[in-house]
Amino acid sequence: MTIETDRRKKSGPQSYETELGKYNELGVGGEKHLPHEKILLQTLEKLGNKRLAKRRKEAQRLLRENGATHNLFGPADTSRDWQFDPIPLVIESDEWSLVEQGLVQRAELLNLILADIYGPRKLIEEGLLPPEAVFTHKGFLWPCVGLLPPGGRHLNFYSANIARAKDGRFWVLDDHSTPPFGSGYALENRVVMTRSFPRLYKDFQVHRLAMFFRALRNRLTLLARNNQTEPRIVVLTPGPEHALYFEHAYLASYLGYTLVQGGDLVVRDGCVWLKSVGGLRQVDVILNRLDETLCDPLELRGSSLFGIPGLLEAVRRGNVTTSNAIGSSVLQNPAMMAFLPGISRQLLGEELRLPSVATWWCGQPREREFVLQNLNKLVIKPIHPLPGLPEMIPGQLSESQLSACRERILANPHLYVGQEPANLATVPTFVTDTIEHRPFILSTFLTAKDQSYVAMSGGLTRINDNEGSLLTSKEGGYSKDTWVLTTEPAKQVNLWQQAPPDRLIEPLLGSLPSRAAENLFWTGRYAERAEATALLLRSILTNLIEYNEFRDPDDRRSLEHLLQALTRVTSTYPGFIGEGAAEKLADPRAELMSLTSDTDRPGSLRSLLRSFGYSAYIIRDTLPVDAWRIVDNIQQNWNPKVSISLIGSGRLHDSINQLLLQLSAFSGLNNDNMARETDWLLLKIGRSLERALNLIALLRATLVPYYKPSMEAQMFATVLSTSNSLITYRRRYRSFIQLPSILELLLTDKNYPRALAYQLHQLQRMIAELPQDQPTGQTREDGRLISEAYAELSSADLKQLAQLSISDNCHPLLEELLTVQKERLEKLSEALTQLYFSPTLAPQRLAAVAHWKKS
Amino acid sequence: MKYRVTHSTQYNYSAPVALCRNEACLLPRDTLRQKCLTSELRIEPYPSDLRERKDAFGNRVSHFAIQHPHDGLNVTATSEVSVSADPNLFVAANQRSWESVRKHLASDRGPLTLEALPFLYDSPLAQKSQELEAYAKTSFSEGRPIGEAAADLMQRIYSDFTYDQESTTIDTPLSEIIVTRSGVCQDFAHIGVACLRSIGLAARYVSGYIETAPPPGQARLIGADASHAWFSVYAADAGWIDFDPTNNKIPGEQHITVAWGRDFADVSPLRGVALGGGKHKVVVSVDVARIPDNLLNDQSQSQSQKT
Repeated sequence: MTIETDRRKKSGPQSYETELGKYNELGVGGEKHLPHEKILLQTLEKLGNKRLAKRRKEAQRLLRENGATHNLFGPADTSRDWQFDPIPLVIESDEWSLVEQGLVQRAELLNLILADIYGPRKLIEEGLLPPEAVFTHKGFLWPCVGLLPPGGRHLNFYSANIARAKDGRFWVLDDHSTPPFGSGYALENRVVMTRSFPRLYKDFQVHRLAMFFRALRNRLTLLARNNQTEPRIVVLTPGPEHALYFEHAYLASYLGYTLVQGGDLVVRDGCVWLKSVGGLRQVDVILNRLDETLCDPLELRGSSLFGIPGLLEAVRRGNVTTSNAIGSSVLQNPAMMAFLPGISRQLLGEELRLPSVATWWCGQPREREFVLQNLNKLVIKPIHPLPGLPEMIPGQLSESQLSACRERILANPHLYVGQEPANLATVPTFVTDTIEHRPFILSTFLTAKDQSYVAMSGGLTRINDNEGSLLTSKEGGYSKDTWVLTTEPAKQVNLWQQAPPDRLIEPLLGSLPSRAAENLFWTGRYAERAEATALLLRSILTNLIEYNEFRDPDDRRSLEHLLQALTRVTSTYPGFIGEGAAEKLADPRAELMSLTSDTDRPGSLRSLLRSFGYSAYIIRDTLPVDAWRIVDNIQQNWNPKVSISLIGSGRLHDSINQLLLQLSAFSGLNNDNMARETDWLLLKIGRSLERALNLIALLRATLVPYYKPSMEAQMFATVLSTSNSLITYRRRYRSFIQLPSILELLLTDKNYPRALAYQLHQLQRMIAELPQDQPTGQTREDGRLISEAYAELSSADLKQLAQLSISDNCHPLLEELLTVQKERLEKLSEALTQLYFSPTLAPQRLAAVAHWKKS
Repeated sequence: MKYRVTHSTQYNYSAPVALCRNEACLLPRDTLRQKCLTSELRIEPYPSDLRERKDAFGNRVSHFAIQHPHDGLNVTATSEVSVSADPNLFVAANQRSWESVRKHLASDRGPLTLEALPFLYDSPLAQKSQELEAYAKTSFSEGRPIGEAAADLMQRIYSDFTYDQESTTIDTPLSEIIVTRSGVCQDFAHIGVACLRSIGLAARYVSGYIETAPPPGQARLIGADASHAWFSVYAADAGWIDFDPTNNKIPGEQHITVAWGRDFADVSPLRGVALGGGKHKVVVSVDVARIPDNLLNDQSQSQSQKT
């Protein structure tokens, strides 16, 4: 495009450099290949496209397994996978140092602007910044005025998207102050890249990324105003539904911070506290990943009650610091870019080292006129996200779209900017099956350090099919690693700090957030419930195949009993018991299909596995890495394609076997790898409690009724195999099968891990180990309940339990014992919830008392 | 004129509230023609955390929390305020045409204008529109002095709109009110503010009170037994001039200012977030009583003895 030369001159306070356009005029052919690019391409050519594709597939698999490329539980429309491009973007050391200097200068400048906007507002007074650019931007938050102490560093974590023009110069496309995303992805890409292409990585001397995270961590530690030695720092996330939850969890776990949601924090006495299993723990610093307007529903009055009421007051009193300072998203206003050169001269006495993409803010008449005249040549952007605004790719707008755009601009000119489409240089990529050149954008990251800033030597490079979609779409596309070369051999840098030799580091224990605790508990429970359901389904399938083979009427009745037990154990009424039971019993296949694979049916195996995955996803930062991999595999794979006609074949049976193995592997990995701390205890408690409850449900449904002698032995054998106990039973009691022996094995043996007594015994032991906020010397509710349940079970007389009531056609004492046990365990679950998960009451806004209004 | 204002708000909850955090904007600020002599905020149950601060617009905001379970909340603000009228203000405001004020806002960066700029732009509850611009333009004819034009706008809102407590709720948007032409003082103040912004002037929403029982022979004003609201326009060097469209009156000795902001949301008398509480009910009462001059000293003494 051509842009009139006189527009390049300073006009009013806005000024432009439209060099991108000028370079374009020079012609596209002028691109030069840099030396490192040649070496890189030679290496890749040697590798060959086929092998490159194979390695890429491997890398993609790693990324997917780690959860980096997709959000299992995110909203359906945003779960578009990131694709990985194995060819890194390589930047020479000299070039990078220029870029870095420019970014550091920009961060310093933006920090000064931020302090001025929420403080004296000299920039407005002196005409360097138009008031609309501040007051009409959604990121400007009135309650934050005066909240930033003068001279402070409020922008601690900053990200800029930059792009290279055809001549090789870098330009800033936009600024991000909150919450700057992508640093975790950059790290993850690097990890995967070094694993999948180790030799390629070794041939170049590449800057490590850990240095940046070390600086970030040091910076966050310094932000703690009251507790410099052992500050408690948390990462505040909107939760697992958020598209970037992976990154939040990843950063938290990499930096060693606790991952929390708004409900995990509470403000009391002007301080922020983390609700943990061991009680309230004071929080010093919050690395915020929540939309700023939602942070404090009391003062900011955003659209939801996600945040922490009173947070701003706690900040105001200096008891907690957020990074970035709440209110900093005002810096994301693209209109600001038009005024940066002038502000830089005024505040820093320097020219901008790294230019911004040419930006015309429509709040001024001449600029507005220019934008309106070049509507189809410029990228038109709102200064903040506006609902219902269509995506506008320059050159692709129809007449009606153009006139609609013109009207919107004229109605609220200060809400729009026009930007010169960046004419981007390309880099080699491998996104199809050959190496191609495509334009890219690089997200860079900076953190405050000492009196200035330091940039991550690298970043997240994104590429896309074309410039238009690269500049306008925020998600999807391809990402690649970014290699900043260094002239010295890279030093091994990691996040570890050297402790002073005379000091022993205190372990940080007992701060498991209540929400994480609750999800650990439920991860255990769902895993166990899924296993119990799978075992019962497997037994039923075996019986179904047997019946189909021999057509024995007793087999038929046993099968019916089992199907009804399935309905009871999974609580999926009416099922094989209520209305329509007769038809379902006659042909159980459709109902079995539904209980296997219906996602939306509570109690079905599929829905249990989904709940299991969801709970595990929330606490994935506490799980062993491989355990999470299993969870992810189950989520991806448990979709058995079994049609009704195939349900009696062996295929579903095989899938269930596979699933049972995975669930065992999950619990085995946790057993072998998790420290015996509160998180492990809660996972285990959930598991034991659920196993006890499932066993009770199974025994009630199968052993309480009376069977005629011709059926009895087979029913008993099925119960034993459903509880994985057939082999143990045979070894102990040989071929004699009778109720008291079964009860001895499954109910009262406290050394047998499939027995109820064993579970209760374990629960008693583990519950006693849970942390207490204030030891009172008294037994807590949970301890009392489990002791009572265990004592009652221990005193049960097996012979009596096995006594049959002819009139009721059942074993009444067994029924009574199991019923009472079930009630006690359900109470125990409730007690655990109250004691450790601090269930929050639903927050509500108190009705505003209007000026002469009904409320 | 001196007044004692008592503004009481009672919340009753159907279930206990475990923790609540609130902000009250109930204590009158000082203005050019008003002085707050004494003020006191009484909160039941006793708050464990209470601090007063000035917000970004200079209003007095009280932040408090009740950190133990409770079934109800009572917040009572009692203040003694002396108010005087300034008839010269309106005269001064008529020295300038409204267009010249608009131009002044765009170019001047003196302290008065800098303070006025935040009130020039849309705020969540008072946004400019073409309808409002057209409505305002009838009063703001070419070259008309700003005071006169704003007074005309006030008078037109007073006669065009019906005062009706049943017609709107707290969430009714201005686009609806301008069509139905009915509402309460809050709506009329918002209409005034948004009209002025639609034509490029700075306007703010003022919350306050008016005298409950007028002196013998004078009519009782509308909005006397609750908090009241009106609008104010920036008239360049003449400063801010208030207009009460609900009563068609330029606020003088009978209007007591509590706070001002871009719209109601900035100066909501009481807001809060509570954990638990089930359903809740609110009852508000306001009493504004004149204090005879000779009584004032005794009154304030007995006030201080109470605390």
